Amino acid sequence: MNNQSLDTTDDRADEFEVSVPSPPELMKRRAKSHIGFILGGSVVLIALLVAIFAPVLAPADPYDQDLTRRLIDPIWGAKGTWKNPLGTDALGRDYLSRIMFGSQVSLMIGFFAAAVSAIVGSCIGMIGGYFGGRIDNFIMYLINVKLALPGLLVALSLVSVFGGSIIALILILSFLFWDRYAVVTRSVTQQIRVNDYITAAQALGTSHTRIILGEILPNVMNQIIVIASLEMAVAIIIEAALSFLGLGVQPPTPSWGLLVSEGRSFMFFKPHLIVLPGMAIFLLVIAINMMGDGIRDITAPEGRN
Amino acid sequence: MKDQISSSPEKLPPALECRDVGRTFMIKRGMFAQKQPLKAVQDINLKINRGDVLAIVGESGCGKTTLAQMLLGLLQPTNGEILLDGQPINSISIKEIATKVQPVFQDPYSSLNPRKTIEQIILLPLIVHKIGTVKDRRERVEKYMRLVGLPKRLVHSYPNQLSGGQRQRVAIARALIMEPKIVVCDEPTSALDVSVQAHILNLLQDLRTKLDLTYAFISHDLAVVEHLADSVAVMYLGRLIEFGKAADIFSNPQHPYTRALLDSVLTPDPSLGLPKITLGKGLPNPLSPPSGCYFHPRCPEATEECHQHTPVLKDTGERLVECHLH
Amino acid sequence: MTVPVVLNVENLSVEITVPAGTLHAVSNLSLKVHQGETLCIVGESGCGKSITSLAIMNLLPSKAKLTADTMSLEGRDLLDIRESEFASLRGDRIGMIFQDPMTSLNPVFRIGEQLEEVYIQHGKGGRKEARERAEFLLEKVGIIAPAERLSQYPHQLSGGLRQRMMIAMTLMCDPAMIIADEPTTALDVTMQAQTLNLLRSLQKECNTGLVLITHDLGIVARMADRVMVMYAGRSVETGTAVEIFEKPTHPYTQGLINCIPVPGRTKPGSHLGSIRGIVPALVGDIEGCMFRNRCDHVSEECYSGEIGLNEISEGRAYRCLLSPEESLRNFKLKGAA
Repeated sequence: MNNQSLDTTDDRADEFEVSVPSPPELMKRRAKSHIGFILGGSVVLIALLVAIFAPVLAPADPYDQDLTRRLIDPIWGAKGTWKNPLGTDALGRDYLSRIMFGSQVSLMIGFFAAAVSAIVGSCIGMIGGYFGGRIDNFIMYLINVKLALPGLLVALSLVSVFGGSIIALILILSFLFWDRYAVVTRSVTQQIRVNDYITAAQALGTSHTRIILGEILPNVMNQIIVIASLEMAVAIIIEAALSFLGLGVQPPTPSWGLLVSEGRSFMFFKPHLIVLPGMAIFLLVIAINMMGDGIRDITAPEGRN
Repeated sequence: MKDQISSSPEKLPPALECRDVGRTFMIKRGMFAQKQPLKAVQDINLKINRGDVLAIVGESGCGKTTLAQMLLGLLQPTNGEILLDGQPINSISIKEIATKVQPVFQDPYSSLNPRKTIEQIILLPLIVHKIGTVKDRRERVEKYMRLVGLPKRLVHSYPNQLSGGQRQRVAIARALIMEPKIVVCDEPTSALDVSVQAHILNLLQDLRTKLDLTYAFISHDLAVVEHLADSVAVMYLGRLIEFGKAADIFSNPQHPYTRALLDSVLTPDPSLGLPKITLGKGLPNPLSPPSGCYFHPRCPEATEECHQHTPVLKDTGERLVECHLH
Repeated sequence: MTVPVVLNVENLSVEITVPAGTLHAVSNLSLKVHQGETLCIVGESGCGKSITSLAIMNLLPSKAKLTADTMSLEGRDLLDIRESEFASLRGDRIGMIFQDPMTSLNPVFRIGEQLEEVYIQHGKGGRKEARERAEFLLEKVGIIAPAERLSQYPHQLSGGLRQRMMIAMTLMCDPAMIIADEPTTALDVTMQAQTLNLLRSLQKECNTGLVLITHDLGIVARMADRVMVMYAGRSVETGTAVEIFEKPTHPYTQGLINCIPVPGRTKPGSHLGSIRGIVPALVGDIEGCMFRNRCDHVSEECYSGEIGLNEISEGRAYRCLLSPEESLRNFKLKGAA
């Protein structure tokens, strides 16, 4: 080849070449300067660490009852002791340990409900968006049916039928959430499908599964993660609400919703019993939301301005 | 339409051949409307000889992109057949077609996945076809990047870090890594700046001789077509209206539409004024094409016959023309 | 020269603040358009040609900062007037035709309403006169049965027809100046020639000044009275169309002319000329010649100082250190048959 491609085969960069950051570099840079993401992310990370290492970190067994040491105040209260930094509950169980173990339930249900619904919903959405036609019509029909259902009522009745085990809760919450992923991934997929790189992959004889997972999914992933973080927050709230109503996680398992419910009768003279788990729910949910917003800003800044 | 332009001397079948190829889409306009047939491509007969460049020329809506998709095996013709190396294309699996025909697209922005590195993009064909070990594949990517004039340092870059011309080189490398015989280029330079267009056209020329490629080159830019093509097929409203050797078509266009197209090429010669072209109205609605010759409402030479009868494709030796006047 | 100047711009600069610094989109650009004259601004993407047109129309995005020594339309200073006064000039004394006729017409109003609105808004007359003027102009732009077309919506028209409507709309108030930014790029080739013909004949008839912005050298050669070649936000060469195409003096202009295949001139299958390298990003201050990284005749001096415009004669200038004779000696039409 002669001089026509001299400059481009030449490995030296052009004098005026400016280095444009790659998408991963760009995301890293944006993440580093995003206060909401860093703040929310660190709170979520701390909650996660607490949940994982609760057996090591917790000062006591959360199921250990001591009826002689019931309703002890936290250390800032009048009769607080360091033995139970956040006091004890009506059955004399260490409240700090119960809240720490409670984060396991919240995070597990939040994470798996978001993940299961993400997988199911995104698959449905991408299939509809990619294939179009009759398949898409059927999927739109499914989504419309789901949207017409009174979600919370269905959830309540399903819980009362199947009981409140953690797995049952995860599946029921997933059933409540999948449609949002489906709607979003479907419309994004429709936009991506017309790109020439999809046609190029088809012209290679690439299987549909490979095109959906290998070419489309990486472009939809940021949307999925954003929705997942928001749905995770909602799942945590719904779990707490169901547990509060006695329909969710069953005692003696420590769940924040359940703690609030149990502390209800002592609300006026031992307010920390509901304030502390309530604060935990509030903090975690707001942190997850901040993180989710941050991820949106970091991965898809087009939507920011 | 058995006998067409003389095939290559070695009696090998042409690289690609269309026999009476047509594609009809059923279009629904409005919620309660009945489906209507839209004949995107009709009765196309053409041959591309090995090592030749066939340019398919026409304005938007003439069916050239539909034809390209059929040549790539992405769309099945509703009638007629396409032969690849003498073999009907619908008897070959899409994966096998892929080893012989590969596309290069117009828009270098939409033809590369923004979430993948250049290496991943060029590698994809090898992965899909399970060719070579990881090391072989990497070497092959390097080889093809060199071939299309991409510096090695870009191998782990993402498309957003490349210029339009570099992106188009990546698309060409991806098309060539399967060592296809035929490349379908759909307006490969029309989205590029003129100085970049020259680079890519020169590259396509070089690759053609180096790798013995056959191009189906779709374009609306007749200056580019004249520069590159050995034979030219002119399409209008889904029909092939003129087909012949490039030199003949450019020196002596027969169909009035071809003439109009050639007249509208604006060569950079300030001593010439603007050409006077009177094609009247725009393109008719392809859902209800005109009677007789599809071109007659815009044709300056239309006669009564053109209103009433569809002309047949006439074979005048080296040339096919679909016009009553010839 | 007794033909009055319609548009006069001197030392126009446009700076845009971007995260990485200051983007010098347009630097020290001067241009003059006389009555009935066509000035073609030619350049590749990112050379600042569209920003220039927006600057003249006072339609720059708010992040952009405009400075100029002079900017006047029919002798009226455009730098000192308020936006509301400018708005009354746009559509009245100066009109603009954009690339995409689909997006420049409002889809929810009838064509007629949109045409008449321009007329009425600028206080040229009432609904009845506006309708008459619209019908008159539609006939002028070669539209059969104008009354019928006026009651249609933009989506009912083809691209070519829409662009003709845009031309008619621009002419409603008989402007002194039209700026057309790639007016035929979205059109098919056969429609392109027709539309350009129309634009040209109407412009000559109304004695309007025309700035035609394009990347297509063919259009430039056939349409332009005078040409300005832009590169990296600067004017690198100006002259009449004949001068530019027969004696291109700037290496960039020479490169551009050699890049395109020309039926009858370039030999089919031959290598086209090309320009190596990349366009500089215009962020920050760059000393010296902006084209040096792509130029075959680069020397030490190209790296420092400000390369000024070399004026050969009235209206004929180029921005290069080479003398015109040296430069022309370097130029050879590539691939000539």
